[in-house]
Amino acid sequence: MMPSLPDLSQIPPIDQRGVEERAARIQTRSLKGEGKLAALKLAVSMLDITTLEGADSPGKVRQMCMNAMRPDVRAPEIGPAAAVCVYPSMVSVARKLIDKHASTVKVASVATAFPSGQAPLALRIEDTKFAVEAGADEIDMVISRGKFLSGKFEEVFEEIVQIKEACGDAHLKVILETGELQTFDNIRIASELAMGAGADFIKTSTGKVGVNATLPNTLVMLQAIRDYYRRTGRMVGMKPAGGISKAKLALQYLIMVREILGKEWLSSDWFRFGASSLTTDLLMQLRKQSTGNYQSNCYFSKD
Amino acid sequence: MSDFSKFTDSNNDEAALENTSLVDLRERYDLYIDGGWLAPEEGEYMDTINPATGKKLAEVAVASVGDVDLAVQAARSAYEGEWGYMSGLERGKLLFRLARLIQERSREFAVLETLDGGKPIRESRDIDLPLVASHFFYHAGWADKLEFAFPGRSVRSLGVCAQVIPWNFPLLMAAWKIAPALACGNTVVLKPAETTSLSVLRLMDLFEEAGFPPGVVNIVTGAEETGKSLLNHPDVDKVAFTGSTEVGKEIQRQLAGTHKRFTLELGGKAAQIVFEDAAIDQAVEGVINGIFFNQGHVCCAGSRLLVQEGVYQEVVDKLKERMNQLVIGDPLDKNTDIGAIHSSQQLARISELVACGEAEGCELWDSGQELPKEGSWYRPTLLLDCAQSHRVVQEEIFGPVLTVQSFRTPQEAIDKANNTPYGLSGGVWTDKGAKSFSITSEIRAGVLWANTFNKLDPCSPFGGYKESGIGREGGVHGLAPYVEIGF
Repeated sequence: MMPSLPDLSQIPPIDQRGVEERAARIQTRSLKGEGKLAALKLAVSMLDITTLEGADSPGKVRQMCMNAMRPDVRAPEIGPAAAVCVYPSMVSVARKLIDKHASTVKVASVATAFPSGQAPLALRIEDTKFAVEAGADEIDMVISRGKFLSGKFEEVFEEIVQIKEACGDAHLKVILETGELQTFDNIRIASELAMGAGADFIKTSTGKVGVNATLPNTLVMLQAIRDYYRRTGRMVGMKPAGGISKAKLALQYLIMVREILGKEWLSSDWFRFGASSLTTDLLMQLRKQSTGNYQSNCYFSKD
Repeated sequence: MSDFSKFTDSNNDEAALENTSLVDLRERYDLYIDGGWLAPEEGEYMDTINPATGKKLAEVAVASVGDVDLAVQAARSAYEGEWGYMSGLERGKLLFRLARLIQERSREFAVLETLDGGKPIRESRDIDLPLVASHFFYHAGWADKLEFAFPGRSVRSLGVCAQVIPWNFPLLMAAWKIAPALACGNTVVLKPAETTSLSVLRLMDLFEEAGFPPGVVNIVTGAEETGKSLLNHPDVDKVAFTGSTEVGKEIQRQLAGTHKRFTLELGGKAAQIVFEDAAIDQAVEGVINGIFFNQGHVCCAGSRLLVQEGVYQEVVDKLKERMNQLVIGDPLDKNTDIGAIHSSQQLARISELVACGEAEGCELWDSGQELPKEGSWYRPTLLLDCAQSHRVVQEEIFGPVLTVQSFRTPQEAIDKANNTPYGLSGGVWTDKGAKSFSITSEIRAGVLWANTFNKLDPCSPFGGYKESGIGREGGVHGLAPYVEIGF
C-alpha cells in the first residue's frame, strides 16, 4: 500500500463517557460452555509471549520459546502461541530455536529505541534493520510521543513510513503508548496516523508505563480500525499489551473484537495479546473447563 | 488448526441463564390491605403470565369497589393514627431500612421483574433495581428535612394518595410513587398494572420486615375498573398516575371539580438530534440505548432520530450494524439485549403502527434475527425516510421502533423536535458544549440529555410539557406535589 496522511479534519471526536459505558457493558457479557472453551483456546493462539527485561538471558528466551511452542505439557493440543516478543539482541536466539523446531511461532522484536523512542530517527531505523536481519518476523515500534503531543502529527506519520520501509517483509506493529497519549481523541488520531502510514497492527502500549491496555482504549482503536477498513478496504490488526493477566479479562477483549470488528478479525493474523503472565491463567481456566477443578499454578510452567 | 467457531460465530453462544431459584412464587396473590393479605370480596382472580413464554406465573386478585374502599379506609386510619404522628426522623429510618432491604434482595427482585414483565435481566439487575433502592434512599433523606426543601415555608402532608402505575417499570414506578409520598408523611393505596403486580406485592413483605405500621401502603391489584374506583374514591387527597396520554386525559376530566391534587406522567415522542460534529460511534451507541432500552417500552424513549445530512448515511449504516448484533431472546439470559414485548396487545399495536408507516411511505428495515417461537417478540426496527406528517412520527409506538429523519440546519432540527403533541424528553449529540445547551434550551421537554439518553436519577425531576403530563417526580420538585405548602 502507498502511505497516505489521513485528513485530520475528518477524524471524529471521541466521547470519553460513551466509550467507558460501552466498554463496561461489554464486560457484562457472559460466555459459557463450549463457547468459553473455544475462546480460551483462541486466546492462547493469539499470545505474543513477551519478555522485555534488562536481565533477559539467552537461556530465559529459549525457555520462553519452548513454552510458546507447547504451552501446556499435559495438553499438547493447546497452542501454540502466536509469537514470542523480545529485544533485538535476543532475536537471533529465538529465531534459531524456533527454526530448529520448525514451529509456526513468529519472532517479534521491539525496536526503534523501545520503550521511550527517545533516539534519533537514524538510530531507530538501524535498530529496526538489526532486528529484521537477525530474523524477526514482526517489529513492534514505538511512536515519538514527544512529537505527537507537541502536535507534530506529520513528523510522527513520516517516521512510521520510514520504519515501515526499514521493516521490508517483516510485519509492523505500531505502539501508540496510550497511557502517555492520555485522551481518547489522541488515541484515535494516533491510530489513524499509524494505519495511514502502513501499520499492519496497531498496539496500545509498551507495558512500561503506568496505564497500559484497557478495554476503553482498545475499543477506541478497534473503532478506528473498523472505520479505516470501511474507507480503504485494508484490514489492520490490533494488539492490546500490558495489564492483561487474567483469562476473564482476555475473553472480554475477544468479545469486544467480535462485536466491533466481527469474526474476520478473530485469528492471530489480526489480533494479539501482548502478555507474559496471562498464559498461565488461560491454561488454568482451560484445565478447569476440561476437568471441572482448579489446579495449583505450580502445575504450569512460568516461562 | 483448531476450530474456534463455537466462539467466533456469535450465533453459537450458549445461554447464560440467571438462577431463578431465589424467586418463590405463590400460586395466588391476595390484596395487601392494612398490613395483611386479604382475599378479594368477589373472589375474582386474574392470571399473570410470563411474556417470554406465554405461560402463567400466578393468579392475582381483582379488587372490587368494596375492596378499594377498605384499602382507602386503611390508609386513612394509618394517616390519622400512628403514621400521622410519627416524626420525620422515624419515617426516614423506616425508609432507609426498606432501601437497604431492597439492596439485599435485589437479585431476587430483578429475576421476578424479568419473569413477570419480559425485560432483560441485565436491565432489571443493573438499572431497575439499583434505581429502586436509590429512590428510597434519596427520599429517606428528605423525610426529616422537608423544611429545608421549601425554605421559609411551612409544609404539611396531604393525606391519602391514590397511585396508578404502568407495566413497563413495575417496581421502579412503584418506588417513584411510594417513596416521595411516604417521605412527606402521606399514606398510599397503589394499583400496579394488571399484568405486572408480582414485584410490588413481594415488596410488601419488605415493608413489613422494615417495620412500617399497617395501612401505610396498601396494594389493590386489578384492571381498569379497579384503577377507576381508586382514583374516583372520595376520600383520596392526591392522585398520581403514570400511563398513556389517553387515560391521563380521562382522569383529568374525572378529577375536575374535586379537591384532589394530581400529577400525570404520560406519553412521549422524544427526538434524539445527532449533529455532524458529534462523536459518531458513541452517538450511535447512545441512540441504540435511547430507543431499544426495555424494548422501547419507555415513555421517555428517544423514538425519533434526527440526523444532520452530512453524517446521515454513516449513522444509519452504523445503527444497522449495531442492531444486527443485539441479542434478542430469553430475558433471563444475561447476554440478552432485547427481551419480550410485554403483551400480545402491545405487539399488535406496534405491528399496526409500523404497517401504517410503511403504507405512508417509510422504508422499513429490521435486524433480521430469528425470534423465539413462544411469547411476544419484535425485532429492532428502523423506519427510514420518515416525514413529520407521518403517524409513526407523531404517535407514540412504545416498542423497539426508531423513525429516522434528516435535517440541515439547527433551527430545522429544533422545529422538528418540538413538532409533536408531546414534550417529555429529548436529547442532542454534539461535541460542542455550548451548542448542546443552546439547542436543548430551545426544546420544550421536561427532561433533556446531552450525549447520553435515558439516564434517570432520583435527584433529578422528571415529567413533561404539553400532552406528556403535569407535575414532576424526583428531586425537590417531586416533593412539592405531596405536600401542602403554607406561608
